[in-house]
Amino acid sequence: MDFKDETTLSRRTFVKGSLAGLALAGAAGSAALYGCTPAEEKEQSGEGAPAEEADQIVWSQCVVNCGGACALRWHTKDGKLLYAETDNTGDAEKLQVRACLRGRSLRRWVNSPDRLMHPMKRSGKRGEGMFEQISWDEALDEIASKLTETIEKYGNEAVYINYGSGVGSVTSRVFPRLMNLMGGYLKYYYDYSTNMMQAGMPYTFGEDWTDGGSKFSSSMSEAKNSDLIVLFGNSPAETRMGGANIVYDYTQVRESGPRIISVDYRLNESSSGQVDEWVPIRPGTDAALVNAIAHEFIVNDQVDKEFLDTYCIGYDEDTMPESAKGQNKSYKDYIMGTGYDMTEKTPEWAAPITQIPADRIRSLASDIANAKAPFIAQGWGPQRHSNGENTSRAICMIPMLIGQIGLPGTNTGSREANPDGIVGGMPKGDNPVKTSINCYQWLNAVDHGEKMTAAKDGVRGTDKLKTGIKFIWNYAGNTITNQHGDINKVHEILQDETKCEFIVVIDTVLTDSARYADILLPDAMRAEQPHMAGNGYAEYYDGVILGAQAQEAPGEAMREYDIVSNLAEKLGKKDEFTEGKTQEEWIEELYKKAADADGNMPSWEEMQEQGIFKRELNPVIGLKDFRDDPESNPLETPSGKLEIYSESLAEAAMQMELEEDEIVTPIPVFDPGFQGYGSVTDEYPLYCSSFHFKGRTHSSYGGVDELKQVCRQQMWINPADAESRNIENGDMCAVTSPAGTIRIEARVTPRIIPGTVGIPQGAWHDADMTGDRIDNGGCINTLTTYRPSPLAKGNGVHSIIVQVAKA
Amino acid sequence: MQYGFFFDNARCTGCKTCELACKDYKGLDASRTYRRVIDYEGGTWETSPDGSVTQNCFVYHISLACNHCSDPACTRVCPTGAMHKDDLGLVWPDATKCIGCGYCTMACPYHAPVIDQVSKKSSKCDGCRERIATGSKPICVEACPLRALDFAETSELLSTHPECASSILPLAEPEYTHPNLFINVSDAAAYASEHGKGHIANYDEID
Repeated sequence: MDFKDETTLSRRTFVKGSLAGLALAGAAGSAALYGCTPAEEKEQSGEGAPAEEADQIVWSQCVVNCGGACALRWHTKDGKLLYAETDNTGDAEKLQVRACLRGRSLRRWVNSPDRLMHPMKRSGKRGEGMFEQISWDEALDEIASKLTETIEKYGNEAVYINYGSGVGSVTSRVFPRLMNLMGGYLKYYYDYSTNMMQAGMPYTFGEDWTDGGSKFSSSMSEAKNSDLIVLFGNSPAETRMGGANIVYDYTQVRESGPRIISVDYRLNESSSGQVDEWVPIRPGTDAALVNAIAHEFIVNDQVDKEFLDTYCIGYDEDTMPESAKGQNKSYKDYIMGTGYDMTEKTPEWAAPITQIPADRIRSLASDIANAKAPFIAQGWGPQRHSNGENTSRAICMIPMLIGQIGLPGTNTGSREANPDGIVGGMPKGDNPVKTSINCYQWLNAVDHGEKMTAAKDGVRGTDKLKTGIKFIWNYAGNTITNQHGDINKVHEILQDETKCEFIVVIDTVLTDSARYADILLPDAMRAEQPHMAGNGYAEYYDGVILGAQAQEAPGEAMREYDIVSNLAEKLGKKDEFTEGKTQEEWIEELYKKAADADGNMPSWEEMQEQGIFKRELNPVIGLKDFRDDPESNPLETPSGKLEIYSESLAEAAMQMELEEDEIVTPIPVFDPGFQGYGSVTDEYPLYCSSFHFKGRTHSSYGGVDELKQVCRQQMWINPADAESRNIENGDMCAVTSPAGTIRIEARVTPRIIPGTVGIPQGAWHDADMTGDRIDNGGCINTLTTYRPSPLAKGNGVHSIIVQVAKA
Repeated sequence: MQYGFFFDNARCTGCKTCELACKDYKGLDASRTYRRVIDYEGGTWETSPDGSVTQNCFVYHISLACNHCSDPACTRVCPTGAMHKDDLGLVWPDATKCIGCGYCTMACPYHAPVIDQVSKKSSKCDGCRERIATGSKPICVEACPLRALDFAETSELLSTHPECASSILPLAEPEYTHPNLFINVSDAAAYASEHGKGHIANYDEID
């Protein structure tokens, strides 16, 4: 039979189109066939033929904190990278740790002409990016003397190791180990990814809640037993992209048949190819939707009262703690309009807030209530708002209210389960300094640390900081500016060199943060050294990759372990730091330690041969033990139960010094928050949020031209909002918030809700900071405002208001 | 013998790993690609008096390289016979015969051939024929995190995926060149076909 007939007859309706649009490219191409510049010509070098044959294939890994840690197999010749393959061991349909587009572009980063090659010392102002080359000896001498001087003058609390996640490896991120040998440093708590969630969730789930550990969440693979999956701001196709990551589990779950609903302000890539699964919502209003769903559960008698009475505290008066009884402070009172704000949370109340029609909310509530096993899961976007602490807890109310927790096919409302991991890193030692701040508070601690207190700023371990931060370590991270908040404010504060006196940045390229370094050191990449790391924290399997050096580091770039060892020598701590071991010896020791503890891993010799070890994990159901036997398996909350009303949070709130427009509530309420719903003005009439983008992991890979070309940095804007501003697809626009202005190309698309624009996070800041400060790179953190959230004191920065105009 | 690509349009999330893996393997920079990923989307919005909104939006993606057509347009227009089908049915230009006239780049409805700006000759996806010769799959197929691509003899693809189409919007009608492309059609593509009004959303990323 002619295959053509077979395929076209049954699918006749699909063949109407043409690539007429694409013909544009061809038409342009005919004129531009030979139109490239000499520079481009040199770059192209006539490749495109089959790649040369490798003389060596070397295992390595992409480890930039996307949640995955994918395998790379470098094909090299004469010690030079030719190209990468990924994990191609075992069954292609099963567990293969396949790298995404970023990992497949890593060669471009490793071999970038922009790699840092030599130690440098700042010669201009901070942020200008002016440096002069110095020797390693000079650089390390200067760092050692400045560090010693800082500790003598201000104490160890004046030294800070900034958050960063651009590299993960068992022998990486060893600056804390050195600092602990030096008497300690000011620590941070939480992280930029899950800041508000980490503050809020423990009040409901208990002290040992982590950002989705396997106790509190179900694995995505468990959703195969679900008939309805509801995702809040959760797009594995954009945030969990590797072949062994959640996106593949999700794909398999989808094909097993459950209905999927995606609550998001964008029609995200996880709904690609689907129809009728997107419920568009205004960003930052998830808790309002939850309220209305809860209302429907209550009025339709769908609440599982027995579950709530047995497993939860504070749904209604029956389980309120003594301190709050008889005061209409229960969750039910809040929803039904007899409590907290005396407003009934009907779908009609929620519709204008969320932009979801009341009828749609009713049908959504009904679908969830009638599902046999609803799998409710949130991503980290909903909580990255100024009201994120409440939002993250609120989403978990849905399964709780209907008793759908701890049962097959269900989830707790948290993000999916993480595995525990089977290899550990070099021990960091003990930090004698017990003081810590939220990771987002470092800038305040530079600016006015001595005024920061526990009650006002969330300082932990002491009532107030003794000193501001005077010395910053910044290793493989970009949260000085690019990935922090309000870059313009950071710039101003760091200009005053009497505040933070010294900044050391260690990185592979000149990131925007690196421009603020006083000493800038060139780091070697994973492809340039022995390496070991486990699977990514989001990937639901057990794994290890043992990497080797595929290529020499360029110039004087040095491995982090050697940098710190050499510095430790200058500080008289080398023996304690290295314990007499090389990086290779540490890796071997750490592997053997893990293998001994596990009992089922390959021997060290076998591992050196095979490079990768991977083991599937059975699906897990969050809070199953608690559901099965709450008496024997109490939670680590004061009551041992799920606390809808948290007495300890009510007490903690009493101790906090909050701004007038800030609230911290013992039940998860909808509060619009700073620059949240209702805050738009004539000057800033649009909401703006951000999203993780396939072309980058945070800002990592942001300099790779091949990725930038196929993943253009564009602002998503609904046709209605574009039309009223005369903006057409592809137009260059200015986006202005109270904090700053970026220039960015418009992507006019129906895939975003009207009234809100969406900007992919992580683009490299590119502004003349001594001039107009307009950011031509389109970095979201030029627009974000530096205002720590009420409870976490974290980066609830995706509550933004803006104006957009054609530039 | 004829080889072809299977593409699971229902699985694809438009991540472009296939494209970047190809670029890495073939040494192609930002200005040239042998595989591209089309974002195809559509839908409209309505706003109610209470400010709530309704919509009927969709998006799907097409990962597209050379379809190694049974009746290729590129070979028909090639004045020197450089562009040809080989024993495996793979279409590629013989560099010794190619004069770089660019006719193939204009004729192909899938825009598979591109002119190499250094050699001034045609270049394109050849199904990674050297990998096929050693029993591997093309680099893009082994790259796909979702296993949404495959490459095999057409008879094998047809028996594994009997429900496939060889075109969805906005691809050319298969009658023109008889592409060896086997598409598992997504709900969104079926919807677009029925309702129309979709469009390519990322011209600047695929040219």
